[in-house]
Amino acid sequence: MAWTRKILRVNLTDRTCTSEPLNMEWARDYLGQRGLATKYLASEIDPKVDPLSPDNKIIWATGPLTGTMASTGGRYSVVTKGPLTGAIACSNSGGYFGAELKFAGWDMVIIEGRASSPVYLSIENGKAELRDASHLWGKTVWETEGQIKAEHQDPQVRVSCIGRAGENGVLYAGIINDLHRAAGRSGVGAVAGSKNLKAIAVRGTLGVGNIANPKEFMKVTFEKKKILKENAVTGQGLPTYGTQVLMNVINEIGAMPTRNHKDVQFEGARKISAEAMHEPRETDGKAQLVNNQACFGCTIACGRISKIDATHFSVVNSPKYWGASGGLEYEAAWALGCANGVDDIEALQYANMLCNEDGFDPISYGATIGAVMELYEMGVLTKEEIGIEAPFGSAKALTYMTEITARSEGFGKVIGLGSKRLCEKYGHPELSMSVKGQEFPAYDARGVQGMGLTYATSNRGACHLRSYTISSEVLGIPVKTDPLTTEGKPALVKAFQDATAVVDSSGLCVFTTFAWALSDIQPQLQAACEGDWSMEKLDLMGERIWNLERQFNNDAGFTRKDDDLPPRLKTEGAKVGPAKGMVSGIDKMIPEYYELRGWDKEGRLTAETVARLGL
Amino acid sequence: MRVTLKLYASLSDYLPDEAKRTNEWPMDVADGTTVGELIARHQLPSRLVHLVLVNGHYVPPAGRDARVLAADDVLAIWPPVAGG
Repeated sequence: MAWTRKILRVNLTDRTCTSEPLNMEWARDYLGQRGLATKYLASEIDPKVDPLSPDNKIIWATGPLTGTMASTGGRYSVVTKGPLTGAIACSNSGGYFGAELKFAGWDMVIIEGRASSPVYLSIENGKAELRDASHLWGKTVWETEGQIKAEHQDPQVRVSCIGRAGENGVLYAGIINDLHRAAGRSGVGAVAGSKNLKAIAVRGTLGVGNIANPKEFMKVTFEKKKILKENAVTGQGLPTYGTQVLMNVINEIGAMPTRNHKDVQFEGARKISAEAMHEPRETDGKAQLVNNQACFGCTIACGRISKIDATHFSVVNSPKYWGASGGLEYEAAWALGCANGVDDIEALQYANMLCNEDGFDPISYGATIGAVMELYEMGVLTKEEIGIEAPFGSAKALTYMTEITARSEGFGKVIGLGSKRLCEKYGHPELSMSVKGQEFPAYDARGVQGMGLTYATSNRGACHLRSYTISSEVLGIPVKTDPLTTEGKPALVKAFQDATAVVDSSGLCVFTTFAWALSDIQPQLQAACEGDWSMEKLDLMGERIWNLERQFNNDAGFTRKDDDLPPRLKTEGAKVGPAKGMVSGIDKMIPEYYELRGWDKEGRLTAETVARLGL
Repeated sequence: MRVTLKLYASLSDYLPDEAKRTNEWPMDVADGTTVGELIARHQLPSRLVHLVLVNGHYVPPAGRDARVLAADDVLAIWPPVAGG
């Protein structure tokens, strides 16, 4: 077994911390992290609950391989009912927090209720207590982490916390650990904020000593690390260029959502790409990129650490931003850049730092700014209302709006609602580029048809990480498929969704799948965990996890009509590129996808599916 | 005829200095030049020639020698990369 077999249950209303045994029957069916935490959440809350009420719960969960020597084994997930979508929310983060939680002897922390005043949870191995956080309320993520470490007189304490965005109810607030690793999407930070929970600080010294077959585990993890090292993507491409290398790829194929999806290619993409991050700047002769960084146990090291140009208008009077910091990653660079038509890479890095510093999702935020800029250009929003002229392409408007969103000041409060509510408020719901209320990431559904189905059916709202068919449709991993056709995409999306659900439940990073198949992860699980972890079992488990999430959403009130894309992607053809004139074929793909899933025409699980998966 | 060769990521090293800040290398080629010929002419290592696009359309390895370039075509090439 690789689980600690212990859960920490924290009731904020009663201010109690209790240890309870992990339900091992569920662990055998849902593995850990995303799957197992969803099982607990779905079993313990009413799916119709108000996400920001004390009746919602929020779970920090590790997987059985978290904290082990398996490559990338440092992941944890935060699972709750999300306030941005009203659907299941599951946000996954790297860094070092997840492994530390495991080292302290806990598989999961389940938080319930609401504290009457700000608190943080302190965990030191088996000892857990709630501490007053009044002095931390109003502080940024960066200040909070520093202050907790100082108070504990231990720089090795790991902190997972919210910034001011989470406190102020920004509906896409994230939870940040290790300063710039984020459980970023769906507003999990707003749920923590609604509970007056500022942070979890953990120090663990127990290690992970409960591997089922240690010798075999060492052997197999060593072999699999070799595959990652020798693979050109995970061994060279990702560590050298990071995710940002996709900027020019996606632009070239004409699937770059630009200016709120009005366009599919961005003329400024090259200026904000991985290649640009490597170049010496004209101002100071230094490249923005300083080096790459790895999360716990990772042998890929795709993370970007950069230094902003200290003479840039955004930071010239703010030395605190001049040091090395996380970013830019592709999704953030797209959302803060292409979605708004902004090609000033230093402005993007500044906005990205603010997202980390105050804990909010740069994807949903940037995409919301895209909608604001479109509404401004239409004359629906004015300079007086926003506080600045905000045409597409304005770096000054981007940085200004990021600052007021971080502080929830003025129009920043409206931006914090996300694009769906903002566009509804101003009478143009059709301009929100979202599904189930969550904004799209960086791939246009007209130029990559499988991603349209991915977005429409993602259980946490529009998301690329639930089935990253870009791997196949664009990059040829594991096999190349045509991005412009809908044919075969329902099966492709289902396969990616089910496999990803297993990876997200294991404690490993999904980026390993650029080199590994699920059959490379299977022997690692088999060696670490007691019992049967055959491929057949894992395949079925992925399907079970996906359907459990779907069942939760159905019970929360989601129906067929919520598995859809905005009208722009269904009626306005791509203007240029390979997809010129094309729209998304989502309506064609959904019926076949439902059939493959074993759902009825309304997207509900049939009795046969429920029985087959043991739900 | 005029075509543009775009080289990205580690293939940027094969660009002339004046093209490094744009990754775009406009050049004149003879009529009938194929994708495979242009790749060979610039001695791009086969292990780095992974994702090959002409005007954004994917050209599979088996089709590169037969794919004839037309005037104003854009040939873009990446080594094995991924992200997300």
